[in-house]
Amino acid sequence: MSAKAAFYDVDGTLVRTNIVHTYAYYAMNRGSLTGIAARTLATLAQIPVYAGLDLINRKVFNEYFYRAYEGLSEDRLVTLGEEMLQDVLKPAIFPKAQDLIDEARRAGCRIVLITGALDFTVLPLARHLRADDVIANKMQFVGGIATGKVIPPIIEGANKAHAIREYCVKHQLQLDQSFAYSDSFSDYAMLAMVGRPTAVNPDVRLRSVARAYHWPVLDLR
Amino acid sequence: MRQLKTLKRLYDEERHVVITEKGSPPRVLFFGEDFLLEDLPLDTRVIFPRPPLQGVPNVKAAIRWAINHPEGMEPLHALLRPGMKVTIAIDDISLPLPPMALPDVRQTILEIVLELLADSGVDDVHLIIANALHRRMTEAEMKRMVGSKIFDAYYPERYYNHDAEDPEGMVELERTSLGEVVALNRRAVESDLLIYVNINLVPMDGGHKSVGTGLANYESLRAHHNPKTIRDSESYMEPSRSALHKSTERIGRVIDKNLKVFHIETALNNRMFDGPTGFLGKREEDYTEFDRLKFQGLKYTLSKLPRAAKRKLFMQIPAPYQVTGVNAGATEPCHEKTLELCWKQYSVPVEGQSDIVIFPVPYISPYNVNSILNPLLVQVMGLGYLYNLNRGVPLVKRGGVIILCHPAYDEFDPEHHPSYIEFFNRLLPETRDAMKLEHMYEREFAENPSYVHLYRKGHAYHGAHPFYMWYWGENGRQHVGKVICAGAENNHVPELLGWERADTLGEAIDLARGFMGRSASITCVKTAPIVQCDVRI
Repeated sequence: MSAKAAFYDVDGTLVRTNIVHTYAYYAMNRGSLTGIAARTLATLAQIPVYAGLDLINRKVFNEYFYRAYEGLSEDRLVTLGEEMLQDVLKPAIFPKAQDLIDEARRAGCRIVLITGALDFTVLPLARHLRADDVIANKMQFVGGIATGKVIPPIIEGANKAHAIREYCVKHQLQLDQSFAYSDSFSDYAMLAMVGRPTAVNPDVRLRSVARAYHWPVLDLR
Repeated sequence: MRQLKTLKRLYDEERHVVITEKGSPPRVLFFGEDFLLEDLPLDTRVIFPRPPLQGVPNVKAAIRWAINHPEGMEPLHALLRPGMKVTIAIDDISLPLPPMALPDVRQTILEIVLELLADSGVDDVHLIIANALHRRMTEAEMKRMVGSKIFDAYYPERYYNHDAEDPEGMVELERTSLGEVVALNRRAVESDLLIYVNINLVPMDGGHKSVGTGLANYESLRAHHNPKTIRDSESYMEPSRSALHKSTERIGRVIDKNLKVFHIETALNNRMFDGPTGFLGKREEDYTEFDRLKFQGLKYTLSKLPRAAKRKLFMQIPAPYQVTGVNAGATEPCHEKTLELCWKQYSVPVEGQSDIVIFPVPYISPYNVNSILNPLLVQVMGLGYLYNLNRGVPLVKRGGVIILCHPAYDEFDPEHHPSYIEFFNRLLPETRDAMKLEHMYEREFAENPSYVHLYRKGHAYHGAHPFYMWYWGENGRQHVGKVICAGAENNHVPELLGWERADTLGEAIDLARGFMGRSASITCVKTAPIVQCDVRI
């Protein structure tokens, strides 16, 4: 049988959190009261900007949003990533998410998480879900301190599709035999790229597209 | 002068087989969620179902008698020991059709059996719906089937659907002499006693097929749910001529060797309609003026409703079936008695085959209760169930024409039949060859994690199920020369299924005669209710 993979978006697909939740966790664990207050207040103040950018363009939103990480140390982020799995992500995993991943593994798929989140936040989750690989954004660090810039290409929207194609070429996987799972219409390109797309807990637009193209629709909640 | 015996036989035949003459009334034919009222050509033979047999006067007494006087086994009470582990497997919602008026006979059986188990000190009891690769029943459907008292006591921990994809929940027994995989539900295998509660709607059901199919998994079903087995089955509604049943018998004997199985089988009569729709069970010759009025009223109402509402309306009408007999005990002797009851109700003797056979296709099949009869299910009804409802030889001659009355709309239920959608839109345009489909795509669909997930956690038929639907029509497809869908509302559905279409039944008959010749013989089978033709040549 030809080699194939199952690509899973994370936020909203496997867990009910998003990148704002994860950042909020870092902001709240700044280490000092002033640090917590400053980051939390700054984040709250930026909410209208974030919301507006997300509506206009997810890529611009991600680029802008990740600037908030500027000045945080790498080792601190990695350590907090492990703690965040226990405190934030584990309780937020959808009840049927692990079943879906196990079913794909039994079908002979390589399990890959693909997300616009930062790698240090996703890697512990990937280990917990027994995923084989992660395609995620990588923060740029200079001297162990985050610059707030993400190493391009930013993983989102159409770039997720490119990343999947490259991953399949690199690992000699059959794109047309592979699966992709997402909850958002913003991942349309990634879903359309593989032979077996599936909408999971879909938003209104994705649900309508899934119905139109006869893609299966799952509910992991 | 004819002997009384001969006269009786002729009378019986004449009652169920009517030759259309000048002045014969137009026929009311099922047409999906609607009806056709058609004048059939002169000399068309119309085959009617037998009127309902008398139900047993006291169902509870019949059940008690059966479990106390089983075939080939000790009475149920003698098999029980305090503290033993018992599993009761139950036929799923695919039977009977439409779902029966309450109380469902399964509820009545369970009430008696569960009481007996409790009185015998048996507390470790699980109720498993033997849905094989069918969809999981919903909570409301499960409650309706067994009644709220049993539901409240057992659901969800001890009353649940079988999960053929649960890696921990299946156990493989030894293989059959032909190497067929025998895999069953773990709880059933590990029980001291397995009780199977069956409804034997058609002769294909029951017997060894109950446990061996209902509690099996994909690997085990592959042994007989494949195109070769169906091609080798002259009619899978006649177990003695069916390769499908020979395979399930081999599997069943392995099961009986390893497990103690006590069957409780029930047969129902043909009382599918009652009250305002009761006229549907009559011959048009016997319609009263009031019946005609009711039909016109129904037709008018249906003409004003959208299809989804018509479907909902029909699904809300339960069938007032009556139990004609209950048998219990060991698999084979018990099922033999049940089959006798089935033949008695369904079997209609018919002289000779026909060049053209008309099958009206109703709104329901075993696979779309509370759902849509999608194109693949129209196919399985026509070339599968209706074609195979014969004993002896098929009603249609080899190379003949089958006319199906159905609008053949391109509608699928994405919740119940997601894999059907891909099968129909992706695979059928590529090939209709069942062997190729099995070889190239069946496993891919069966192992598709999205379909597996929808089967296990949602209410979807398994990814392999659309293939089974296609195979189920295989011997019909191999036998006939042409299929015409009368009243098809589009071109592409009949074309993808490999059929021709016609706007009306009259046009379809003309097309069929053009293919078979002007003198071609025509038979119309007035389903539903169920009729099985004993065709003599």
